[in-house]
Amino acid sequence: MIRISNVHKVFNRGQANEVNALDGVDLEIKAGEFLVIVGSNGSGKTTLLNLVAGSFFPTSGTIGINGTDVTKLPDYRRSEWIARVFQNPLSGTAPDLSILDNFRLAAIRSKPKGLSIGISESFKTQVREKIATLGMGLEKKIEQPMGTLSGGQRQALTLLMSVMDTCQVLLLDEPTAALDPRSANIVMQTADKLIKEFGLTAILVTHNLKDAFIYGDRIIQMAGGKVVRDIGEKNKPSLKQNDLFDWFA
Amino acid sequence: MDFYISTLVQGLCLSAIALGIFISMKIFNIPDITTDGSYTLGGVVTAKLLVLHQPLFVVLPVVAAGGALAGTATGLIHTKLKINALLAGILVMTALYSVNLEIMGRSNIPIGNFPSIFNMVNFSLDPDRNTFWIVLIFAVVTTLIIGYLLKTDFGIAMRATGNSESMVRAQGVDTDRMKIVGLALANALTALSGFLVTENQSYADISMGIGIVITGLGAVIIAETFINWFRTTSVWFSLVLVLSGAIIFKFVIALILGLGIDPTLLKLITAVFVLLIVSLPRLSFKSSL
Repeated sequence: MIRISNVHKVFNRGQANEVNALDGVDLEIKAGEFLVIVGSNGSGKTTLLNLVAGSFFPTSGTIGINGTDVTKLPDYRRSEWIARVFQNPLSGTAPDLSILDNFRLAAIRSKPKGLSIGISESFKTQVREKIATLGMGLEKKIEQPMGTLSGGQRQALTLLMSVMDTCQVLLLDEPTAALDPRSANIVMQTADKLIKEFGLTAILVTHNLKDAFIYGDRIIQMAGGKVVRDIGEKNKPSLKQNDLFDWFA
Repeated sequence: MDFYISTLVQGLCLSAIALGIFISMKIFNIPDITTDGSYTLGGVVTAKLLVLHQPLFVVLPVVAAGGALAGTATGLIHTKLKINALLAGILVMTALYSVNLEIMGRSNIPIGNFPSIFNMVNFSLDPDRNTFWIVLIFAVVTTLIIGYLLKTDFGIAMRATGNSESMVRAQGVDTDRMKIVGLALANALTALSGFLVTENQSYADISMGIGIVITGLGAVIIAETFINWFRTTSVWFSLVLVLSGAIIFKFVIALILGLGIDPTLLKLITAVFVLLIVSLPRLSFKSSL
């Protein structure tokens, strides 16, 4: 599904603050696989996620999604495959737009945004039904601006938005970092449910080792811009939570 | 001309510019100064084409296209060359001064002897009322078009672009392209205001656009105050408030001038008035703490 071949990423090349963020990463992620990436700050995990998303391009190496070489494709042209949830709840939604408008954009993520009015009564019903599955009571508030909701609610809605349109890859960049433990749980459980239900290929970047232990069927550890550990679905069930803590000791 | 009707007409003539500034400033969050130049461009193109005996159905689209071109230039400079939007606007505005002068061939063209939109259609025997109805219809039609546009899928993407760029890119929208289209649209509207004002005052002048961006800004800020006041999120209601903002702005300036203040102080008064409406909410907020 996703093939990352010998990817290097250097920031500020040739300057005093040159950073070698990724130093030759090779990674193949199968369709339907839920990959968790852990690593300390500066290990390159978020850089890797952003390269898959297309926020910036690798210095060298190639990235392929579903057999297509996307190495030089900007982020907005990868949206036909990829949906994203950002670390900052504000980044994944438009705060001044209504929940409905946000969902409308998400529903046409892989399609052109045309000059017709797409929000119909049946679309509203569809959105209400989707949102009701969260059990947060937000289905009554779809005309409200997104910005009036809490961070946890917004992250949960961002997750739902990702499956409004065809989605193959879900990128989760520390989606619960800004949330309280209860909201964080809801968001992670929702993510896990959606990934299983829609058979998504998912990449989760997290600092929460408990989440890394509970969720996903493959876990990799990054350090110094390289993949230093790779525990696949055969071995992950036998992994203990303490083993993860030991990796960072 | 009756004071109220003439002020109302002036306000409505500026409704398109207010809608344009609303789009660039409030929707895209881009302070666009191209306005001064594209407004004059609208007036200049109108006068030039009328002198060349072109009919209205040629003049209007050319005026709008001219404005759109100016906005596209600013948009391209801002997004592709990554130059600050304010500077991009100033550059295009400055360049437009020469373009406008070149189109006219001199600094002023009177068009009183040519047919105008105001004597082509007759809704009322009284010419002042007739003018009022025509500008009103013009304002309503532009508002309807912009309102519809903002409700479409494309419009939602436009509104989201100025609101959360990361979100809208993740939803497959090319934000650079969106901003260029937005600035083109805003300046096309501005040029249409230039057209109406030129028709109404029967001449185009190279300096007619100086400081016009402040008028549009004033109208939008008045509208914003009401938008916050009513806590409205409705696109239609916001647009109606923008129209009202343009009219209120013109009335306040007309009333101030009516007090017998020297018209040479007009720009100073306009600037001070805009400063006041920008700062008042902040000042009163501070004292309530």
